[in-house]
Amino acid sequence: MEDKEKKGSQSSGKPDNVPETSRRDFMKRFGLYGAATFAGSAAIYSGLKYEKSKGKDEYVKVLTEDNKLVKIPKDQIEDLDPTAKTLSKLGREGIPGKKWIMVVDLAKCKNARNCISACQNAHDLRPHEYHINTLEMQESKNSAPYFMPKTCQHCDNPPCVSVCPVDATYKRQDGIVLIDNERCIGCRFCMAACPYSARIFHWEEPLMAEEDQDKTYDVELNVPQRKGTVTKCLFSSDRLREGKLPYCVSACPNGVYYFGDENEDAVTNGTTKETVRLSQLLRDNGGYRLMPELGTEPRVFYLPPKNRSVDFPEKSILDDHDESHS
Amino acid sequence: MSLNKSTPKYNPDTLDRVATDLLKPVGLSRGFIIWMTFLILALFACLYAYYIQLQEGLGVTGMRDYVSWGMYISNFVFFVAASLVGMLISGILGLIGYKWIVPIGRIAEIIAIAFAAVAGLVIISDMGRPDRLYYLFTHGKIQSPILWDVTVVTTYFTLSFLLYFFTLLPDLAISKNRIGHTPVWLQKAYNILSFNWQHTPEQYKVLFKIIRILLILIIPTAFAIHTVTSWLFAVTLRPGWDSTIFGPYFLSGAFVAGTASVIVAMRFFRKSYNLKKYLTDYHFDMIGKLLFLVSIVYFYFNINEFLVPGFKLKKMDALHLQALFTGHYALLFWSTQILGLILPMILVLFKKMRKSGPLAFISLFVIAGAWLKRYIIVVPTQEHPFLPMQGVPDMWLVYKPTIIETSITLGSFILVLIIISVLSKLFPIIPIWETAMEQDHSNDKPLGE
Ligand code: SF4
Ligand code: SF4
Repeated sequence: MEDKEKKGSQSSGKPDNVPETSRRDFMKRFGLYGAATFAGSAAIYSGLKYEKSKGKDEYVKVLTEDNKLVKIPKDQIEDLDPTAKTLSKLGREGIPGKKWIMVVDLAKCKNARNCISACQNAHDLRPHEYHINTLEMQESKNSAPYFMPKTCQHCDNPPCVSVCPVDATYKRQDGIVLIDNERCIGCRFCMAACPYSARIFHWEEPLMAEEDQDKTYDVELNVPQRKGTVTKCLFSSDRLREGKLPYCVSACPNGVYYFGDENEDAVTNGTTKETVRLSQLLRDNGGYRLMPELGTEPRVFYLPPKNRSVDFPEKSILDDHDESHS
Repeated sequence: MSLNKSTPKYNPDTLDRVATDLLKPVGLSRGFIIWMTFLILALFACLYAYYIQLQEGLGVTGMRDYVSWGMYISNFVFFVAASLVGMLISGILGLIGYKWIVPIGRIAEIIAIAFAAVAGLVIISDMGRPDRLYYLFTHGKIQSPILWDVTVVTTYFTLSFLLYFFTLLPDLAISKNRIGHTPVWLQKAYNILSFNWQHTPEQYKVLFKIIRILLILIIPTAFAIHTVTSWLFAVTLRPGWDSTIFGPYFLSGAFVAGTASVIVAMRFFRKSYNLKKYLTDYHFDMIGKLLFLVSIVYFYFNINEFLVPGFKLKKMDALHLQALFTGHYALLFWSTQILGLILPMILVLFKKMRKSGPLAFISLFVIAGAWLKRYIIVVPTQEHPFLPMQGVPDMWLVYKPTIIETSITLGSFILVLIIISVLSKLFPIIPIWETAMEQDHSNDKPLGE
């Protein structure tokens, strides 16, 4: 904040000195200065308020965005009513310094589907609209089937992002691929391009369209959902911003999910809350990614389905699969 | 358009005869008005279907999360394909200097304009949020092939339109005083639109230059529009789309669809506009040969597209090919390949089949085949994603178009017919000046045998 304030006052001192390099350059600076001035006055305003409230010294501890613990006078805390604009700006930037990553331990998945319902609750989705879905997989007729939760893989080389004509779906610096429902034109090119079938489209009015009507659109939550646009797994970036684990990760009763920061080389199990070293977890268990040969560089890793449950329904899934196509 | 550099000197008698013949069908006849009323009523029915789609969302179509591109996109590809024929006939054949395309050039141009214009609307009908169309301009991201497509289709449409208009100029000037039987407003329009064309040598010199530039520009643009359209699929990783020959494969297919459309239009105009003297057996014979040529090139690409993956049978490719060859889409696949391509290709080898009637009949099959082929390229691939499709209602797994989207698609065809009908009724469908010029120049081979 202070930094910005400085910049702001500097800039207001010499607005005429703007060199005549290029108009675009000027516009850019203008925007920057505008933002800085805005931030500056906001700081002054809060300073004033602070002066007024001096003497009331009840403090609360708050974790800032960059993970610093700070103290703030209690009456200073106000409900930020974030506008869609600030939310969308934050949503585009991501959380600095992080590289989110997910590890799914297939050996533990028993198809409890708590992840699915927690996710659908959070994002106001219908039961067959999946940000995350648990698939029944079977490689061959001779191998036992297993369950595989599948989210968006948050690819580091995301084909969905390259094809989007209006930059509605984008990759953030913290590794998350998001989709802005206020921007999406509904061409569904991204759905055609995603090899993991991770994306869904609002073919009709979204489930909670009426209830959510007055909510401010949060790009990190995709709520309110918008008819005629695409949505998909967001790695619960709204929760990450609050320092919490994603909805699915914390909902799993079986300890399937690990979630964490690649930069710190640490992931936390959503059920046991145990934090382990990412590289070691992957190395020791033979972690792999889905279809790495496509070059999409997913950020979701899988640990192989050891000890598969073999008591599957009479029919092989492969039979199912073949049937639907013959 | 033939590009005879010399200023045309018309023999007044020839010009008079040609102009009288070619202007006869121009104007608002009773038949035309009935036909247009029918088209417009039908169009309104289809617009109503679109209104429902706007209200309810794309859920009124058969598309769902797995098959998220359906009939609209197939239709879009077909429209772009059919519009390429303008470039093939006027651009490539015209620049080479073939004379037999003189009476056909404008028909091809009209088809190009109509299909290119409506293609843009078809793609809008596929959008989930058509209200945000302008985002393409305000937030466009240049890496996306969709943006390339929008750019080149608009460019192609503009070039085709200019080409149509510039070659019409001398005709407007010739006709403005001759169309006695048409309403006054049409004569006035001719007068204004002819921009004071005086048939001076300087004017012709400029005109030829403009046409030449347009023809040269239109060739790469046309190649671009269909290549980029094919890339909408080829840039993805999906088996069945992930192909390196999609560009030329689509392009060659486009020439087949376009040539067949021109043939059907020629046959129609020959009959109902009474143009036997101008669209002669010779012309049908030639364009029949052209149809063979483009078909065999397309056939060659088909072999490449199916034989090579069929030989290797990679797991996912195998699933896809199995659906086409023996599975769900077998009937559709083999009938488009055999009835829509191979059989027509063989038939047009016979001179008898290159007469106007049989050729137009064959072309109808080719067009139907071409449309269905686009459908087969777009839809089945999506029914075989890499990961299994589970947990959704059964009807989501296989695509079935609904009545609403079929009506909207039908509406796009009606719109094409409206554009072609209007242009062909308000202005001469065969270039008068070029035909007159041609008849004078080539005494050895008169056009009307
Ligand atoms: S999994 Fe699909 S939607 Fe997610 S980032 Fe990769 S390509 Fe995009
Ligand atoms: S559907 Fe939306 S997010 Fe997907 S490519 Fe189109 S505009 Fe982008």
